[in-house]
Amino acid sequence: MLKTFPTGGVHPPENKLTAGIPIEYLPVPEKVVIPMSQHIGAPANPLVAKGDNVKIGQLIAEGKGFVSANIHSPVSGKVSKIDTAADSSGLKQPAVFIDVEGDEWVEGIDRGKELVRDIKLSSEEIVKKCFESGIVGMGGATFPSHIKLNIPSGKKCDVLIINGVECEPYLTSDHRLMLEKGEEILVGVSILMKALKVEKAMIGIENNKPDAISHLTTLAASFAGISVHPLKVKYPQGAEKQLVKALVKREVPSGRLPIDVGTVVHNAGTAFAVYEAVQKNKPLIERVVTVSGKSLQKPGNYMVRIGTPLSWLLEAAGGIPADTGKIINGGPMMGKAVSNTDAPVVKGMSGIILIPASEAFREVISPCIRCAKCVSVCPLHLEPYLLMTLTEKGMFERAEAEKITDCMECGSCSYTCPAGRPLLDYIRLGKSTVIRLARQKVLK
Amino acid sequence: MSSTILTTIICLSLLAFLSAVILYFVAQKFKVYEDPRIDEVQALLPAANCGGCGFAGCRNLAEAIVNSDSFEGLNCPVGGAAVMEEIATILERTAPVSDPKVAVLKCKGSPEHRPRTSVYDGAADCRIVNSLYIGETDCSYGCLGYGDCVKACTFDAIHIDALTGLPLISDEKCTSCGACVRACPRNLIELRKKAKKDRKIYVACSNCDKGGPARKACRVACIGCGRCQKVCSFDAISIVNNLAYIDAAKCTFCRKCVGECPTNAIIEINFPPAKPKAKSEAEAVQA
Amino acid sequence: MLKVSPSPHIHGKESTRKLMLNVVIALIPALIVSVFYYGIGAIIVTAVSVLSCLLFEFLIQKYILRKPISITDGSALVTGILLAFNLPSNIPVHIIVIGSFVAIVIAKMTFGGLGNNPFNPALVGRVFMLISFPVHMTTWPVPKGLGTGYLDAVTGATPLAILKGGLARGQSMSEIVGQLPTPAQMFLGNIGGSMGEVAAIALLIGFVWLLYKKVITWHIPVSVIGSIAIFTGILWLVNPEKNADPLFHILAGGVLLGAIYMATDYVTSPMVPKAMLLYGCGIGIITVVIRVYGAYPEGVSFAILIMNAFVPLMNAYIKPKRFGEEVKHG
Repeated sequence: MLKTFPTGGVHPPENKLTAGIPIEYLPVPEKVVIPMSQHIGAPANPLVAKGDNVKIGQLIAEGKGFVSANIHSPVSGKVSKIDTAADSSGLKQPAVFIDVEGDEWVEGIDRGKELVRDIKLSSEEIVKKCFESGIVGMGGATFPSHIKLNIPSGKKCDVLIINGVECEPYLTSDHRLMLEKGEEILVGVSILMKALKVEKAMIGIENNKPDAISHLTTLAASFAGISVHPLKVKYPQGAEKQLVKALVKREVPSGRLPIDVGTVVHNAGTAFAVYEAVQKNKPLIERVVTVSGKSLQKPGNYMVRIGTPLSWLLEAAGGIPADTGKIINGGPMMGKAVSNTDAPVVKGMSGIILIPASEAFREVISPCIRCAKCVSVCPLHLEPYLLMTLTEKGMFERAEAEKITDCMECGSCSYTCPAGRPLLDYIRLGKSTVIRLARQKVLK
Repeated sequence: MSSTILTTIICLSLLAFLSAVILYFVAQKFKVYEDPRIDEVQALLPAANCGGCGFAGCRNLAEAIVNSDSFEGLNCPVGGAAVMEEIATILERTAPVSDPKVAVLKCKGSPEHRPRTSVYDGAADCRIVNSLYIGETDCSYGCLGYGDCVKACTFDAIHIDALTGLPLISDEKCTSCGACVRACPRNLIELRKKAKKDRKIYVACSNCDKGGPARKACRVACIGCGRCQKVCSFDAISIVNNLAYIDAAKCTFCRKCVGECPTNAIIEINFPPAKPKAKSEAEAVQA
Repeated sequence: MLKVSPSPHIHGKESTRKLMLNVVIALIPALIVSVFYYGIGAIIVTAVSVLSCLLFEFLIQKYILRKPISITDGSALVTGILLAFNLPSNIPVHIIVIGSFVAIVIAKMTFGGLGNNPFNPALVGRVFMLISFPVHMTTWPVPKGLGTGYLDAVTGATPLAILKGGLARGQSMSEIVGQLPTPAQMFLGNIGGSMGEVAAIALLIGFVWLLYKKVITWHIPVSVIGSIAIFTGILWLVNPEKNADPLFHILAGGVLLGAIYMATDYVTSPMVPKAMLLYGCGIGIITVVIRVYGAYPEGVSFAILIMNAFVPLMNAYIKPKRFGEEVKHG
């Protein structure tokens, strides 16, 4: 029996079209836009001014807030302006605009391809390096990694969990990274283990990536304490709480973090970024983005600099096909629809999926037949039908009592609803309202 | 036969009597004293339970009014001055002075003025669209058109106009309860002082962007140029964040600003047709 | 222009209509068996019931609710078939139409249509007919094969009626057993009874189909049948001369039809597995109480309707164990 979380979950068509396509390094565009908000906290403060010359890897913005991260220049050139730029949802965010000139790197960055296995830094230095290098969770949540490496006093971590699940359909960026940069990822995992002072790390990979599982299992033999675990193909296997449950059989309590059950979860892509930062002194300035879609000419996994416009990336993948109905930033289950293709690539962008118009539609909404399918697929054992009704009726206190804030927005309920009801749309609204009301209460 | 009927009648009567006695004593025992004036005040209120007063329902407002010494902060916007007057008579106080108001929408971005740039395809709820993205146009301030105000209105005063895709507020039905003001996630509805003949002049735009982007997103956006402010002789217009605002308390309905606005963002409603000269001027500016 | 919507952006392609059609497919074996035993009457009763259910739903939606017509969602079709399956195959047309009226108009549409009715429409219709037309509803045709005409069928009693009648006359089980059909006859449906409830084998084939297609879960059918088996089993062990054995109770009457198709009706059954088990056990126990101690020989319909009334209460108070609610690890 493969490991998995016990109840709930769905199995959408995998559509991993780009699983066999090696990572391709994309040329640098002429202009890049670096949003100051690429992490979940407050936007970073720009350190450069209009007209400044910047080098690749230079710190251009400083994360001041508690969950903010530093931002480095992914290109060399001149700052053309500091203004607002529309993100992929069309909303304006502060950003630094850079016109690319030349290819000058900040000194001290090791651009060599050879593997560096020896970890010279101490635990504290590693955490500091992660903070300085602006590393955030690469799976899409963009939670600054150095915070997860700082274990709060009174808590203990005994196992590091590496998320190589990639349960979203279409996405293959972590899969390719594990195949092509396996050793680097394992060194990255060892670094994280050293920072957390744990002896054990478990890498969870969904069973639809047998090549990555066997590759990493072979390599892991020479790394102490790291083991690779195949997991059942079931969405949302890659959700933090579900992954912890599947691998170490511990349930993260409602409203708490994995550290409360002695685990820390990091993404495989984050492990690679940590390797580059710690061993190669290279800050987070590029990432792998899966560009996929059924009618896309040249789908693939592209290594792109942060700040590259999506339109540039899509051009490299053969242009936007005429039948495109929807473009998604991230996977089709949890990703955000893109309304602005001039938006830049950001740290948390794992994929760009183009859905043809023939598939890009919502089902017609019909009355709830109370089939309880949403209840049976909810991995957090909530009652989505009830939460939607409570939100529609504005009964937020009751919704809070029914644990609406536990919802992680995986979308299994909306995916499975035979009546095509927009369950998650309303639950998300209810959840944000409940959180807002709770904050107002605290302020009062 | 007759004895059966008789027994039945006696039994039922006894049962009814017994129940009445029990109910009487129970009612006495559990009686809660309430100021009888609360009922009287409640009877005067419109019983719409709209929440416009800030309380959950009319009963709660009645309690608050009776239990308070003054009318401070307590007002039924639906019933208006007339109802407050009557309540004041019962309670032997003086009624507060409040101006009748009416809700207006500070956006006129119909599709012809504000081109669509994407198609929304999710649950029809403005709050959901607003938290998801910029909306179907390039204006991050304008009306989303999914009718949260329509759903919030208990007086059937708001309907979405099929042509413009914007809510139309009926002056006759609007009670200025403010439910729509609270429902709009983009804060586009304002309660403005009612003027004679339901005349209105206001800036029908909420776009705080600079002129260029605002105009690009919508042809009738306020670009914050300040021409209306300069032409106003009563100091009624202020410009904050690239957006003009006409203070209803100071506005004299002279209509100078309406013709001056280069984007037609200022609306005039229920006025007789403008003099030919003023009209041609406005057209020239628009062209 | 690009479309934008909140996630998820893909859908599982499951629909109300597909679920309903799967229920219809699951009911086909039972329909075939009943045509095989009762002839043309089975087809006429089913057709009249289905058509009148669809017609009533259409008329209400079009002229009273003025809502979009949704009779193609299959729910009225399922109600029609289930109602027919609860009737004898020789019942006159006008009674069927009245039953359909009660089922669709009173039990379903007055509450707001699909998804809002507290009671199973087909059962409300059936119970209304049972009380209003007791003679027609309890005059069961004896299975005579395909060639049987519609209204001229030879009538006989159901196994449960034979049992009840025998016990009422003071006969002991060993005396009654001779008059009862064998388990094999009951399994194949060669007995008197309502059209759809006679052949256990056909109903079980449908059950397997519903489970395979994941239309229903095992909880309700298994808990209904299980609780009936346990309860009647205890009674039988205590006094085998006064009580029939559990196998007889499960195969006779509407237990299988009720447990598999009627109690599992989405709208009127609980949402959470724990509550489903409680609901199923309730149905089982009430059924046996009515059969053994009540006036009617059969009690499945009443039992389901009674438990339907408790469903809102169960949905409000029986909650799934939330993820992370009980922490085992410190």
